[in-house]
Amino acid sequence: MGLIADFEKTIGKFKLDIHLATGDDSLSLLGASGCGKSMTLKCIAGIERPDKGRIELNGVTLFDSEKGIDLPPQERRVGYLFQEGALFPNMTILDNVICGIREKLPRREKEKTAREMLAKMHISDTERRRPDSLSGGQQQRAALARILVGKPEILLLDEPFSALDAHLRFELERVVSEAIRDIGKPAIFVSHNRDEAYRITDRIAIMNNGSIEIEGDRHSIFADPQTVYAARMTGCKNLASVDYGQGDGSFVSGSEDKRTVPLSAARVRVPAWGMELEVPNTSKTRSAGMPEGITAIGIRMHDIRLGPAERNQFVCKVEEEIENPFSYTVMLRPAGPTEGTECLGMELDKPTWESARAETITIHIPPENVLLLRE
Amino acid sequence: MDWYPLLNSLRIAAISSVTVFFLGICAAYYIARIPRFLKGILDVILTLPLVLPPTVVGYLLLRVLGPKRFFGAWFFEVFGVKLTMQWWSAIFATTVVIFPLMYRTARGAFESFDETLEHAGKTLGLSNSFIFWRIRMPYCKQGIIAGIVLSFARALGEYGATSMICGYTPGRTATVSTTVYQLWRTNDDGLAIKWVLVNVAISATVLLAVNMLERRKRTESTAVA
Repeated sequence: MGLIADFEKTIGKFKLDIHLATGDDSLSLLGASGCGKSMTLKCIAGIERPDKGRIELNGVTLFDSEKGIDLPPQERRVGYLFQEGALFPNMTILDNVICGIREKLPRREKEKTAREMLAKMHISDTERRRPDSLSGGQQQRAALARILVGKPEILLLDEPFSALDAHLRFELERVVSEAIRDIGKPAIFVSHNRDEAYRITDRIAIMNNGSIEIEGDRHSIFADPQTVYAARMTGCKNLASVDYGQGDGSFVSGSEDKRTVPLSAARVRVPAWGMELEVPNTSKTRSAGMPEGITAIGIRMHDIRLGPAERNQFVCKVEEEIENPFSYTVMLRPAGPTEGTECLGMELDKPTWESARAETITIHIPPENVLLLRE
Repeated sequence: MDWYPLLNSLRIAAISSVTVFFLGICAAYYIARIPRFLKGILDVILTLPLVLPPTVVGYLLLRVLGPKRFFGAWFFEVFGVKLTMQWWSAIFATTVVIFPLMYRTARGAFESFDETLEHAGKTLGLSNSFIFWRIRMPYCKQGIIAGIVLSFARALGEYGATSMICGYTPGRTATVSTTVYQLWRTNDDGLAIKWVLVNVAISATVLLAVNMLERRKRTESTAVA
């Protein structure tokens, strides 16, 4: 059950190549703008037509290029929430919601259903008004009401908060989360905001340049993003390519040699930061070597620790401190045999940095906090 | 003063405006959806009557509809009616001349339409005709009304093609514009000036209406922003 989508679509030089299955779970598609997230939703909804492939929803084939099936969007029963609501400007809010009711019912009953849904969304007072007199948040609630009265088989949420002011976002996010839970159908939530994606769905797929790069449970995606792009999309700011340790003290560039390199303790050299690092002893490195294809590492800014330690300790020069509302971002340049070309960012809460502030500080990076990444 | 020319002009303009309303909207709607190359060609062909001299339009129409020409002769044989020199022959002329006005204003209006609304309508299960008449047309209403009004005004003032295809027969094919020409030719200045004033009054009213429509459109769009 749920959605199964396997399709391809080429637009100019851009190629969309999608393989995804939701099961009964909701899924977030996380990716930079232009990666094909919205196009994917549009293909599922039937607004765009894939070149070839197959889309199936709860056992119903929506699209099958081989069998020549291409259900019109009207018959697909998808609830599509657009970035800016897409309410019909010439109709009242009540009439907009009534448009979403699919059953043939007398007007009076439709009005009743629509009013109940507006009440659920806490916007009953807007029913006689036109969309343009509503705030962005109210418009999105009305748009959601209009979708929910149609009892969709799946919710497609196309960056529904991105046009809203920050203070309205969180509020609407709760409304949308609740709606997903209430209807008990899968949702696909498209976003470029890792926090929203993480909060709204348990599963996350990271999309890059037209295809899904990795997919999985949100905890594992954030703990081990696997690729440089995915690390960046999950908010990892410190990224650099690595040279492998050869075990004899020499190193091979990761981008030159993609073989598994055997060595006793997994160590990498990071030329950009002028560092040599011990990396995690996980399943990836347990076979006494670096896994194939690892070319870079990532270190989240809040994973760098103050103070000395036995492993991965570095003395760093503080290049710059950036004050955030509730924390500091401290830009560090490790002092070592070779000078790095880039700074390493570290995030600390205000009291911690205010008591530790110095021109040169000692830090350590717990090996388990180093993300091993491929391109 | 014999008001026949005014009545005749008004009915010709009204019928051709209604015809062009549907034709122009269909053309604007479907041509937006075809491949770019074909679109470019069709666009030129459909807009051509706007810039061609009306006499050229009249000549081309006579080549097709004239009693000895291919279509005109066939029509006469089958129905026993000549397509030229009737009061309604002018409708052919005005329709061709005003078509580009309607087509281009409708196209402009449709281009300003937010296609997301159509996508939303489709995913909500609304029929294509509901989306067209209840969402797209109301959205583009101002532009389309302005197009009809302009077309009507232009049809009312059409002279060149009209005079070629139905000539000037008082009480039969006379329109305001052909009457003014005839009165000038026969040195009837008194009557000519009356018809000129009638024509100016109608045209001014129409332009005023168009301006008001456009102003309303502007205030509405600023209200949205």
